[in-house]
Amino acid sequence: MRHIVSVLVENEFGVLSRIAGLFSGRGFNIESLCVAETLDPTISTMTIVTSGNDAIIEQILKQLNKLINVIKVVDFKELDYVSREMVLIKVNADEKTREEILRMIEIFRGRIIDVSPKTYTIMITGDEEKLKAFLALIKPLGIKELVRTGPIAVARGEKTIKMNEKQQSKGGEENG
Amino acid sequence: MKKTGAQIFVESLKMEGVDTIFCYPGGATLNITDALHYSDIKQVMVRHEQGAVHASDGYARASGRVGVSLVTSGPGATNTVTGIATACMDSIPIVIFSCQVNTMLIGNDAFQEADIVGITRPCTKHSYLVKDVKDLARIVKEAFYIAKSGRPGPVLVDIPKDVSAALWEFKYPEKVYIRSYQPTYIGHPGQIKRTMKLIASSKRPVLYTGGGIISSGASIELIKFAEALSIPVTNTLMGLGGFPGNHPLFLGMLGMHGTYTANMAITSSDVIIAMGARFDDRATGKVDEFAPHAKIIHVDIDPTSISKNIRVDVPIVGDTKNVLKKMIEIVEDDKETFRGYPDTISEWSKDIAKWKKDYPLTYVRNGTLKPQYVIERIYELTKGKAIISTEVGQNQMWTAQFYKFLKPRSIITSGGLGTMGFGFPASIGAQIAFPKMLVIDIAGDGSIQMNIQELATAVQFKLPVKVVILNNGYLGLVRQWQELFYEKRYTWTHLECAPDFVKLAEAYGAAGYRIEKEDEVDTILKEAFHNNKPTLIDVRVNPEESVYPFVPPLAPLREMILV
Repeated sequence: MRHIVSVLVENEFGVLSRIAGLFSGRGFNIESLCVAETLDPTISTMTIVTSGNDAIIEQILKQLNKLINVIKVVDFKELDYVSREMVLIKVNADEKTREEILRMIEIFRGRIIDVSPKTYTIMITGDEEKLKAFLALIKPLGIKELVRTGPIAVARGEKTIKMNEKQQSKGGEENG
Repeated sequence: MKKTGAQIFVESLKMEGVDTIFCYPGGATLNITDALHYSDIKQVMVRHEQGAVHASDGYARASGRVGVSLVTSGPGATNTVTGIATACMDSIPIVIFSCQVNTMLIGNDAFQEADIVGITRPCTKHSYLVKDVKDLARIVKEAFYIAKSGRPGPVLVDIPKDVSAALWEFKYPEKVYIRSYQPTYIGHPGQIKRTMKLIASSKRPVLYTGGGIISSGASIELIKFAEALSIPVTNTLMGLGGFPGNHPLFLGMLGMHGTYTANMAITSSDVIIAMGARFDDRATGKVDEFAPHAKIIHVDIDPTSISKNIRVDVPIVGDTKNVLKKMIEIVEDDKETFRGYPDTISEWSKDIAKWKKDYPLTYVRNGTLKPQYVIERIYELTKGKAIISTEVGQNQMWTAQFYKFLKPRSIITSGGLGTMGFGFPASIGAQIAFPKMLVIDIAGDGSIQMNIQELATAVQFKLPVKVVILNNGYLGLVRQWQELFYEKRYTWTHLECAPDFVKLAEAYGAAGYRIEKEDEVDTILKEAFHNNKPTLIDVRVNPEESVYPFVPPLAPLREMILV
């Protein structure tokens, strides 16, 4: 099953390669990875989309927690959350198709961020389903290039991820 | 007054109580080498960097203290990789200091540059590149703390040459606080209660214990708990010595070359209490058929070990010593629950006694010199009071089977990685930690050739380590698989050329002996054990002897091939 995992890490040199190495070394999947500094410049958030059965996800979460530089790991499957990703699309746009493209962008609340005589560059944000629907519509018109971020996510409501201490290890608590 | 990075480094080692380092110099170590010239830290100069790390590992396994090695950049650093991976698999606390080219040159493919932090990332517990002399003392402090706390492991610290030359005030931090690293030592009380209920209701319980008992120093608690309820105990290879090998409740080692009794006990048990063991494939055999009737309780300080290979019914993250103490308290306080013990499990005890009697560890005595016999004699002659290291292969398995380990830290063996060439340098480290003790490396003729250069180290530092080479002319354990599964095609496993080990020992200035017949074993071993010199003993054993019992790969534990 697909999981979005948020990992708070020390904003230090080499941490990304520790995380990436953990996934490759143990044969775990990374579908996408977004990394950026948080409000506290000593901490970065990595949002990782991964997949696997329950046992694999449990291992992934535990192994991430085990890394010395990892402060906290949150599996969004256990929380109600909102997530967004962004895609930049360069499409063919001639006299015949421009109108239609504009209409679709309007419906999906995207924006045109660059124009050339033969192309539009479109920026669109949303959750995975929305982006999928938009891409399906725009594809027949001729996508020249596509770049997308992975999703980033936060919990709904007032819940936040506390950063002050390492999450107590799983295992002792469960069924306890 | 400001000090150089090299001086800060040496002062920091002293603050950590380091008495010995295992080292090999090079261009990048020179500042530190020179600072050590004025220190009273013992510097054991090895002959190969792999030897330095294995020696520091042997020192750590024998003493429980953190082992330290220091090597140069580039090839010096890359030569440590096997040693680091060995320590990582077996959770051994060591700190490896590698020197690095100047910070300005890092990434330039400079002479003797290697990205050792990158290369060792998957096989260290943690690693540091010291980019600024201001961070050096703190990093040394953290490195030792991380190496020995939680689930122990190797930590690498890479020190560029300009950092060891730079000047800074020396102030050693008093405390370590790493917000992202807080191991759990105390087991969850509710889970411990559940555990005790499960044990109280069981009819066929087994304690399955590993290296975690050794590293947390829980041997006394384990014995006390097992005796309180008469629960039988099996050990993994790493757990040997954690429970006395001559104890009536001891079942022997389990797994691929485990005893019949241990493997049958696991297969038939209804509750397994796993402590500080990680359900390695060599211990479990076919995972799907491992302990089919048992509820499994797993106590481990490392949450990733729990439910990794085997689904666990009661997980407890915590230090085994701590958890065992709580379990003993419950047994003592809750007399009502355990009223029936040990009568409740008397049938079980009978089954076990029968297995032990009907299928003991054994081998065929036929007039040839049997390796098992040699190990039995070593046990009798040392009365189990030596520190035994092993290489990897048949020598290791026979040692695990036929030497009774009575105390924790009396066996030093590469369990997880299975590193040939480990035992001899590790025995050097153990001898440094315990100069008065008899330290014996039980080797094969294949393994010993992988780090034989360390004979020079043993001779130079007057370390009277004994190497007993069970010389069968084969890479025996691989040969054994070829015999059983590849129709005796002994491709690559026949060592057709080997040195004359007696002459080789003498060439290094060590003592050399040869044993060819059973009746020579006692006299020569006795002499060798008392000669106070580094010693090689070339024992010409029966060449095609195999290790039994043998659970074929991917077979369930109950399907053992016996002698």
